[in-house]
Amino acid sequence: MALRLIAKGAEADLWLDPDWNGRRAVIKRRVEKRYRHREIDRELRRLRTLREAEIIHRAKRAGVPTPVIYQVDPEEATMVMEHIEGRRLRDVVAELSPEERLRIFRMAGLQAGRLHRAGIIHGDLTTSNMILTPNRLVFVDFGLAELSTEEEKRGVDLHLMRRMLQSTHFQYAGELLKAFLEGYREEMGEEADGVFRRMEEIARRGRYVER
Amino acid sequence: MAEPLICLGIESTADNLGVGVATSEGEILANVVSVHVPETGGIHPREAARHHSAVMGEVIAEALEKANIIAGDIDVIAFSQGPGMGPCLRTGATAARAIAHRLGVPLVGVNHCVAHIEIGRLTTGAEDPLTLYVSGGNTIVSGFEGGRYRVFGETLDIAVGNMLDVFAREASLPYPGGPAVEELARGGRRLIRLPYVVKGMDLSFSGLLTAAIRELKSRRWSLEDLCHSLQEHAFAMLGEITERALAHTEKGELLLTGGVAANMRLRSIIRSIAEEHGAEPHYVPKQYATDNGAMISWTGLLAYRSGSTTPLEESYINPKWRLDEVEIPWR
Repeated sequence: MALRLIAKGAEADLWLDPDWNGRRAVIKRRVEKRYRHREIDRELRRLRTLREAEIIHRAKRAGVPTPVIYQVDPEEATMVMEHIEGRRLRDVVAELSPEERLRIFRMAGLQAGRLHRAGIIHGDLTTSNMILTPNRLVFVDFGLAELSTEEEKRGVDLHLMRRMLQSTHFQYAGELLKAFLEGYREEMGEEADGVFRRMEEIARRGRYVER
Repeated sequence: MAEPLICLGIESTADNLGVGVATSEGEILANVVSVHVPETGGIHPREAARHHSAVMGEVIAEALEKANIIAGDIDVIAFSQGPGMGPCLRTGATAARAIAHRLGVPLVGVNHCVAHIEIGRLTTGAEDPLTLYVSGGNTIVSGFEGGRYRVFGETLDIAVGNMLDVFAREASLPYPGGPAVEELARGGRRLIRLPYVVKGMDLSFSGLLTAAIRELKSRRWSLEDLCHSLQEHAFAMLGEITERALAHTEKGELLLTGGVAANMRLRSIIRSIAEEHGAEPHYVPKQYATDNGAMISWTGLLAYRSGSTTPLEESYINPKWRLDEVEIPWR
């Protein structure tokens, strides 16, 4: 059966294979970027493919729903994984009831906390990278993820989420961030407070006048 | 038909003092810039401010002469209120207040980053672009959504232009650093691996700068190869976040603005990304790429025409004024 292009991201193309060895699978292929130097391009695609597969596995072990990985090919910068039946959180935010919205963002925060606790930095925490299914919130796209327990990196992770809320879900940014951070703190406990302080500090850093 | 309104704008966020004259029909009548070149090191805010106040009178006179108007023709005075270096901003703001008061015309405080985007839209004809704004003080990917220029990505530490300038200075290259690095990079062949730091749609240049300076001091590489590698890494990072934001916002136009927009390698990257995503690439013309007064006068007019002025008591400068804090009623 024919492959169908389901998403053309900035970094990778996602193909749906309805019958990959009898399964519905997503094939993620990091495409060549002609605008960047060949060596940089090759190295980035190879490393990110490998690292993504590795970290998805670790996230699952930490109790964060992620797709099952079927196959990894670093040289071709290709990964085959389970197809998640659901919708991107980004697209459903406006349709959810206010209570449901808060519940889900709390859950998102809780799962982000689980990642951090397991030493994983997602690197691209956005509502486009969370898929809502009837009973789970699945984190996808660990393409920019890394292993670290540094407070600075955790802070950046949360900062990115906040920035995403402010740019894309600006109507509800305040309440959604609050719910997200509450969930995060529930998982991380007191350690969360340091990360929150770091997040504020990152937002305050002079990005205009430092020369 | 009513006469077009005329606005004189003063730009003084950093090392450039710019005075521009624009009309409400989008005509730029004058755009005079005086650059403060530090004797050693980077920009010293107080030294730059001293330069600005020393040349303020003559730069304004020259702008009026170029525009072929007299002070009495001015309907609005605009100034860059932030973000930028405090002492520099204060110099421009003080002059703007004095002139507005003397002429009895309204004062409009303009956000410097908004002005870079608006002059880009005016001079390239782009209507609703995703904008990559790159300069010595700023590195921002932004697009208009819900009444404001939202920031989709930005640097977490230093600006790309700052990074190039500091590297150039360490390598004893002539001022300004960006063009010197670009020139040398053309002769580079080998790629030296340097840190590549992208976090979501944000990026960081401080690690890249540190590593590049370390490689420079190791004397293992030719300066051409180092400049080439520095540009390739920095611009690949800019390309990546721009592409991510373009895919995310699905805008049909891509605008490159700010001082680093003059770099031809960066332009070719922007063109390639735009092509890939079916967007139209636009590059702000060179005289409006670096900090200039024309962009302030034009943006001041946009604000004034939508009913926004800055009362004297609210005209204090704001060195940390973020782009996404500004309401944009004219769009």
